[in-house]
Amino acid sequence: MTDSIDGPLRRKWAKLKRNKAALLGGILIIIYVTSALFAPVLFTGNPSAPDLMNSLESPSVDHPLGTDELGRSILGRIIYGSRISLLIAVGVVSVGMTIGIPLGLVSGYYRGKVDFIIQRATDTMLAFPGFLLALALVAVLGVGLKNTVISIGISMVPLYIRLVRGCVLSVREEVYVEAARAVGTRDVIILIRHILPNVMVPITVQTSLSMGTAILFAAGLGFLGIGIQPPTPEWGSMLGSARSYLFHAPHVATFPGIAIFLAVLSFNLLGDGLRDALDPRFKI
Amino acid sequence: MNSSVSFLIKLAAFQASCWAELYMLNYILKRLLSTIPVLIGISLLLFFMLRMLPGDPAQVLAGQMASPEEIENIRHQLGLDRPIYIQYISFLGRLAKFDLGRSARTQNPVIEEIWARLPNTLLLAVIAIALACLVGIPAGIISAVKPYSWIDYLVSITALFGLSMPVFWLGLMLVVVFSIVLKWLPAGGTGSWQHVVLPSVTLAAFVVAFIARMTRSTMLETLSQDFTTTARSKGLQEWVVIIKHALKNALIPIITVVGLQFGLLLGGAVLTETVFAWPGLGRLIVDSILARDYPVIQGTILIFGLLYILVNLIIDLLYALVDPRIRYD
Repeated sequence: MTDSIDGPLRRKWAKLKRNKAALLGGILIIIYVTSALFAPVLFTGNPSAPDLMNSLESPSVDHPLGTDELGRSILGRIIYGSRISLLIAVGVVSVGMTIGIPLGLVSGYYRGKVDFIIQRATDTMLAFPGFLLALALVAVLGVGLKNTVISIGISMVPLYIRLVRGCVLSVREEVYVEAARAVGTRDVIILIRHILPNVMVPITVQTSLSMGTAILFAAGLGFLGIGIQPPTPEWGSMLGSARSYLFHAPHVATFPGIAIFLAVLSFNLLGDGLRDALDPRFKI
Repeated sequence: MNSSVSFLIKLAAFQASCWAELYMLNYILKRLLSTIPVLIGISLLLFFMLRMLPGDPAQVLAGQMASPEEIENIRHQLGLDRPIYIQYISFLGRLAKFDLGRSARTQNPVIEEIWARLPNTLLLAVIAIALACLVGIPAGIISAVKPYSWIDYLVSITALFGLSMPVFWLGLMLVVVFSIVLKWLPAGGTGSWQHVVLPSVTLAAFVVAFIARMTRSTMLETLSQDFTTTARSKGLQEWVVIIKHALKNALIPIITVVGLQFGLLLGGAVLTETVFAWPGLGRLIVDSILARDYPVIQGTILIFGLLYILVNLIIDLLYALVDPRIRYD
């Protein structure tokens, strides 16, 4: 019995481990998480404290990635910035999943009028490209960490609704669901115990890819000056302020960009690897 | 006898063409009707957007500097003292006439502000999508023709890098290389063809990865189909098999991706226009959000939504032209 459960899982895990790109993505994510958790150990100073005597310095032994316009260490701000970015990524997918998964389950399971209403609302949200929807929501909610997470999270909701609904439509016709219904199991129990576990594979893949997108969107909003506000060390807003010093100190704009790129790449690599290992049929 | 047979054949052909046109008309009508709920959804979103803001919507629309008379004027215009459904109906009436109010910053009609900037965004988007197709489709074809070769890996890795790269950072790095170090191209602004190069390349890089990936996967599928094997066995040259047989059949998913990427491109335009100080709709919406100019924010969001719907509608109608099975479905 244990073998029948462990066997496929082990095979999938072995397949994931063999995927070098996914492994690289996983290692990069571990590095980011470690630097986020141990930021005060890795950088002992205050990443937001200005030091105007050392502004716009090139990379040196004291400041391996140089300093910004206020003399703050770019390395220190990137390390602390990983906290913000990971916090946003986790927050965004939590909002997206908390709203999107139940709506997708209900929409696909009950069909009919409920499905029609949820799907038309989803269509409306999908009529706006994700980043623009987040931008519109920020315009209403205002700037800051909480509102950035809510805005980007809501822009992810239609993706989860569509994904979950699509999977539920096929799973609800399975014999075990019909059997559960036949013995009088309540719909909530059927949805949580029988259907949800069977749609977890695409949700897992989507979550990894969405975390990369969330980091990219948050950095975009920060860059435009309508996301996380200075002096909080956030990669996008670091790039936004570096724009004014591009001619004199291009390094100020180079390193935060590399940090964003590698973070997004790591989640994309892991997402692709998970998709190939868990179920190659689910092409997102 | 002969003439009656030929008459019957002509009649059958005419009948078939009539049916085909009828199916096409039916398809167009269905597709147009399907946009109505989305349009209603967008109007509701815009309508409640203002009402979700803290404070008096009339004050919000008039801006911080407005006089009490101006605020009262807007309140009367919006009918804020009337029931909410009446307000919504009158809002719909104004939207239908493209009366989007006046900018709180400049006091110009919002629609004028939008029309002045729309061509710039469209120019950037069209050049970017053309560039992305010119690079992405051949790259995807080469990748599919030589799967698991070094060139396939190179295309796949470049595409993955493209998907992960922040568009605004790429723009800044292009400015560093081509404007600051090499001094070949201007760092921003408008006025000549040189000004278009960096923003459109930046924007194209944003979508080229998706197009290359989709072209590769659909071409791999069509290249393994029976009809390509038949074409090869007839002794056709390989490039004829690839272009005339495989690519032609892979076009629909590629068109879909190009259409979907247009939306991504509009999102990317907001960031690219900021990097290159390009006076388009993207820049307009960011400036308006920073200045809390809500009439312009509402208007720009509406136009972005309509543009996206229009492009997807055109793409859907293109499918029906390319593949008759779709209109008979």
